[in-house]
Amino acid sequence: MANIDTINKDFANLFEQGKELLTNGSSNCMNKAREKAFVQFQKLGVPTRANENYKYTNLIPAFDHPYNVNLRYMEVDVDLNDIFQCDVPELDTNMVLLTNGWYYGNNKTLTELPKGVIVCGVQEAAKKYPAIFEAHYGKYAKPADDGLVALNTALAKDGLFIYVPKGVVVEKPIQVVNLLRSDRDLLATQRNLFVIEENAQAKIIVCDHTLTHHKYLSNAVTEINVATNAVFDLYTLQNQHLNSVILNSTFIRQEKNSNVLTNTISLYGGTIRNNHHVLLDGEHCENHTFGMYLMDKDQHVDNFTSIDHAKPNCLSNEHFKGVMDGKATAAFAGRIYVRPDAQKTLAYQSNNNLLLSDDAQINTKPQLIIDADDVKCSHGATVGQMDEDALFYLRARGIDEKEARQMLMFAFAHEIIEKIRVEPLKDRIDALVDTRLRGEISKCNTCAIACKN
Amino acid sequence: MAKEEQDKILDEVTQSDYKYGFVTDIENDDIGKGLSEDVIRMISAKKNEPEFMLEFRLKAYRHWLTMKMPEWAYLKIPPIDYQDIIFYSAPKQKAKLESMDDVDPEIRATFDKLGIPLDEQKLLANVAVDVVMDSSSVKTTFKQALAEKGVIFCSFSDAVQEHPDLIQEYMGTVVPVQDNFFAALNSAVFSDGSFVYIPKGVRCPMELSTYFRINAENTGQFERTLIVCEDDSYVSYLEGCTAPMRDENQLHAAIVEIIVKDNAEVKYSTVQNWYPGNKEGKGGIYNFVTKRGICQGVNSKLMWAQVETGSAVTWKYPSTILKGDGSSSEFYSVAVTNNHQQADTGSKMIHIGNNTKSTIISKGISAGKSSNSYRGLVKVTKNCEGARNFSQCDSLLLGDKCGAHTFPYLEIGNKSAKVEHEATTSKIGEDQIFYCNQRGISTEDAIGLIVNGYAKEVINKMPMEFAVEAQKLLAISLEGSVG
Repeated sequence: MANIDTINKDFANLFEQGKELLTNGSSNCMNKAREKAFVQFQKLGVPTRANENYKYTNLIPAFDHPYNVNLRYMEVDVDLNDIFQCDVPELDTNMVLLTNGWYYGNNKTLTELPKGVIVCGVQEAAKKYPAIFEAHYGKYAKPADDGLVALNTALAKDGLFIYVPKGVVVEKPIQVVNLLRSDRDLLATQRNLFVIEENAQAKIIVCDHTLTHHKYLSNAVTEINVATNAVFDLYTLQNQHLNSVILNSTFIRQEKNSNVLTNTISLYGGTIRNNHHVLLDGEHCENHTFGMYLMDKDQHVDNFTSIDHAKPNCLSNEHFKGVMDGKATAAFAGRIYVRPDAQKTLAYQSNNNLLLSDDAQINTKPQLIIDADDVKCSHGATVGQMDEDALFYLRARGIDEKEARQMLMFAFAHEIIEKIRVEPLKDRIDALVDTRLRGEISKCNTCAIACKN
Repeated sequence: MAKEEQDKILDEVTQSDYKYGFVTDIENDDIGKGLSEDVIRMISAKKNEPEFMLEFRLKAYRHWLTMKMPEWAYLKIPPIDYQDIIFYSAPKQKAKLESMDDVDPEIRATFDKLGIPLDEQKLLANVAVDVVMDSSSVKTTFKQALAEKGVIFCSFSDAVQEHPDLIQEYMGTVVPVQDNFFAALNSAVFSDGSFVYIPKGVRCPMELSTYFRINAENTGQFERTLIVCEDDSYVSYLEGCTAPMRDENQLHAAIVEIIVKDNAEVKYSTVQNWYPGNKEGKGGIYNFVTKRGICQGVNSKLMWAQVETGSAVTWKYPSTILKGDGSSSEFYSVAVTNNHQQADTGSKMIHIGNNTKSTIISKGISAGKSSNSYRGLVKVTKNCEGARNFSQCDSLLLGDKCGAHTFPYLEIGNKSAKVEHEATTSKIGEDQIFYCNQRGISTEDAIGLIVNGYAKEVINKMPMEFAVEAQKLLAISLEGSVG
């Protein structure tokens, strides 16, 4: 096994040698951040298990592979608009495609967006809308704290940019489909920036899919700023093949009276690591962070969340649930941080896990760091099996054991799904989870190119 | 009720002085500052130890040299200069004493102030005391009554001389020398401690207790306790600590090892009230303790109960390895921090045997500018069937400058395990105080009432004499009128 130093050195070489390609086409703002982040990366490196925050996820095997890196946009040989269809019935969305971390060149024009809403590639946004872009880019992600974020900032060239201006309500959800499609093993670096202005409302659905069998490593960073009184929903559906590694770092900053709901559903994937950071930077914010993971085989999922109550009178509510089978391993870390003087904070956190096999492993780490006194904070974590009484109740009513277990598992998962505020999506994910819990692979069944699971 | 008034009372309540600060003026026999292989050889030679002990110490020291001080705890500790510490100190008069009259009057006065039942009246209290004054055992009582039952209760150094086979068999089996930085340091330089051996089928007729006291200035006390409980035996062991007021930080790194065999039961209770430093956070004891027990036999039982009110820095995680089928362990803790105290404490439960059970109840109380963290691990190994754990960690905040943190780790590898963890953090509710006020109870008394009620669950688990002292300590830590 290559040691971590070799991996870090390879990235250093990549950065030095690819510098021209990296800076070419990127705005000054991005290139400046790039230089700074690279210095930070050299100090931090790819996080190892010695790093307390990565205690339960070993990234060395994930990085120890000769990946190809696209430092410029690669044309796609087929029209993805033709072959990719999202089949969620009645789910009418504004759909944009990204391939391998780049904004897809042949995206259809979104005609139904309200006036002033911008949806485009990050590279394009940096040039066309520098005022907005530079006010937000690199302001929320913290490359100094995490080697992966530093690496992303150093290598990122493109991703998705969404801007919702003041007072605009985007009724139709924006659906972002991240496609990994390549004829070679690939390392993708995606950088997203979502800016939701005052009194605006938007819902974003992100679907991750792998289209070819190649080994992928995706190291993505998403920065989101939700301004005063804005309402924002982010749903992430992760459904990749076993050979993929998804590293997602999301940074959300909330201003006064804003309301944010995120729901991360991990259905399938080789190694998934979600870093979810929320900063409640204004009074009376509300944040709901939900997540669910259904893992089997050798899959690994690690949800690392941090909710930072920087201002008084905010509410945060966090709930993650997981069902583990086979040799799957899952980790959950939830950190609620109440800063000094963030009085009247209400913070709840909960993590529940069902273990279905003796080879599965769950490591959970709910944490409270509280430096204010007038707060109500609680957390809970459970690991266990199905309630035998509930099972008996169903059996007594003539439901066979297998079906009864299925019903209970589904009910367990449904608690998270029902938090979704987009009705058709909720129904669809219910169905996907149901098939997934029956041990089948949950494909979006009418899509022309079935995802390679 | 007015918030200002409530704050004022809280302030008063949390600003009392350390009541046990005094220095006993006895000549000390120390070996000067610093740590090296020569120092270790000197300690071993002074104590007239057999060869295996010296080897054990040197092995630990060599390993310690390769280690770094752990930094993961939620503590801010200034760097410690290990060459600026005296690693061995013992009161000079070493002759064995038969009766109380022979004990140095100053030492006796010290213990009287502490209220340790050392004199003959303690027979009525049914307590045998092995007093560790700094690093050397001064007097052991009730040895004979215990000897009749076959119970061995003596200082560690005596045990090394009189029962080297037992020491060699059990020392370092629960906490190996490589275990952690402070365990390695202790293994290298430990000066004394207690040894308890309960033979098969014996129910120890009295509660065993030791009183540790750090006395000589600049002396780190490195004591080591070893408890071995054979099949079907039972012992309740009490450990209590107070230390005099000092300006310089003093280092304390202890090891406790407990071995519990088939159907045996051990209760280990601690009251820790070392000097926490003054109100500006100057001075105070650095308390780095490795406490670990192994429930080796089937249906064995180990209970930890602790009240932690002292020390500037506490780093302590009493843990149990549940190896025997059907074994169980409980951990009850009240940790109080005030002024600039820092505590990072909790428990580890490692489930290996089938149908093992564990309970963790931890109550943290933070006041002043202190920081109080719970850190715990519940681990269920892959082949452990039917494990059950319940953990509850509550924090109470008194004041807006203090912190309460919770860092539980749950690592579960077997589907039959049932593990629950819950934690809450809050301050005393205004409605609770209002309720008391309404019934004619002053706010000050109400706070005392609520704090005591909050800690009751833990204090109830302590032996009677200790429970009384524990309540007193809670009161002293948070001021005289509370409690």
